Amino acid sequence: MTAAAGSPGGLPAPAPPVNPETQEFWAATAAGRLLLKRCLDCGSVIWYPRAICPDCSSLRTEWFTASGRGRVYSYTVNHRGQGAYQGSAPFVLAYVELDEGPRVMTNVVEADTADLAVGLPVDVVFHDTGDGSALPRFRPRKDR
Amino acid sequence: MTIRGKARIAGAYEHPGRKISGKSVAQVHAEVALGAVADAGLSLSDVDAYFCAGDAPGFGPLSMADYLGLKQLRYLDSTETGGSSSLVHVGHAAAAIAEGKCHVALITLAGLPRSQPMPRPSASGLAPEAAFELPFGPTTVSMYALAARRHMYEYGTTSAQLAAVKVAASQHAQHNPHAMLPNPVTVEDVLESPMISDPLHRLDCCVISDGGGALVVVSPEAARDLRRQTVTVLGHGESPKLADNGRIDLTYTGAVWSGPRAFEEAGVTQADIDYASIYDSFTITVLQTIEDLGFCEKGKGGAFVADGSLLAPHGALPFNTDGGGLCNNHPANRGGMTKVIEAVRQLRGEANGPVQVPDCELALAHGNGGSLGTRSGAATLILGREGA
Repeated sequence: MTAAAGSPGGLPAPAPPVNPETQEFWAATAAGRLLLKRCLDCGSVIWYPRAICPDCSSLRTEWFTASGRGRVYSYTVNHRGQGAYQGSAPFVLAYVELDEGPRVMTNVVEADTADLAVGLPVDVVFHDTGDGSALPRFRPRKDR
Repeated sequence: MTIRGKARIAGAYEHPGRKISGKSVAQVHAEVALGAVADAGLSLSDVDAYFCAGDAPGFGPLSMADYLGLKQLRYLDSTETGGSSSLVHVGHAAAAIAEGKCHVALITLAGLPRSQPMPRPSASGLAPEAAFELPFGPTTVSMYALAARRHMYEYGTTSAQLAAVKVAASQHAQHNPHAMLPNPVTVEDVLESPMISDPLHRLDCCVISDGGGALVVVSPEAARDLRRQTVTVLGHGESPKLADNGRIDLTYTGAVWSGPRAFEEAGVTQADIDYASIYDSFTITVLQTIEDLGFCEKGKGGAFVADGSLLAPHGALPFNTDGGGLCNNHPANRGGMTKVIEAVRQLRGEANGPVQVPDCELALAHGNGGSLGTRSGAATLILGREGA
């Protein structure tokens, strides 16, 4: 695997801070799987992953593998990257609504900006951070 | 229990500086503190409550209280909700005064982001959400751009309509000798300015300025001894708007909750408001907020602002007559303090001549802090002219 900054879109892939509560999520991304949490009491899908269900306060949650499919809820072409993204502009910051429900902050990659639209179907791709994790980003669905 | 009429704003002061060199942040806090107590006809030795937010250097309110030499303190509050903090502080000060906990509350805000750029929070931030947001490169502008895009998608709002907010602010700023951007601009100017984060252009964004401001909130008993005209705190509402377990909705703000609470406490309606200070970190912030406060139907904000409604003194809802964050001043990257200060000026009849709303009796001030793109804190104040 290529280390750090290795995304096909040329975007940096900064490593997220990982803690015991989120370790399983990030380990799965390195293996190419997008995990979500579900509440065992009320059934809510939980985003972002955490030990408590923010809908019913239950502490009984389980991980499950998400489909990796979703649609663009909103997007912006950012022309002024900062921090690790300085020099990466233009790039797309977006919220993608996963088929399982949650709206997640991410980047849309491998897309012509002219094709971007709210509602665009997208699939997850993983960009290795070089630190035992990978960033879940999304690209336009190819089989639509 | 209500705070209606139980506290008065007796002092308000805005630092005239927009680029301040050779001073520390604590020093600017001190300058605005002295300005506000002097405006009230008081001194720092009269202060028995102190309020500040994350812009105050040091440990909560303790460092600045110590720096200022506040010796009579019996009430402290360092609630941090970004740009809405100062409005929250006014509400909390009024509640504390109504309960008899204190009589003279000082609120300060200051920062030097223009001359001493503030460090960006790093992805190693301890916030529980940090790992799921910061690695994707969100910037302040781009998160508001996400909100603007979604509002456009759902309601047909256009970039030209957003630009109308900036145009109105610039019309007002030309009368403010301290405004950082005093020149009127047109819709075309906004649309032709560089795209920062699509659909937001440079002129859709507030300024980055040094400066600060302070307020003194007092009990009616303390106000009796003052010669300066005071402003009555009639209503206050605050609410966070959170990401809500992955159900974030980018088309509205926490004003949908803070607004009704403030109106109910004040016992007035939107139609009664003569002047409004509306938080304007970006043009989209204003547009969503005026919808959420009920000044127009949800989704119709674009048509409302494009119609000249925001223009003082005779528009349907004269707003931000100092030029707001978009043109005048956004000290410490927080526009809440100046929102309250300009509302006080309007109610005292001390706004700049051409934009003074005639017979201004009731004003609303609204702040929004954090980010419309993730989590934000809204606060609404309704203020009344003394004796009105």
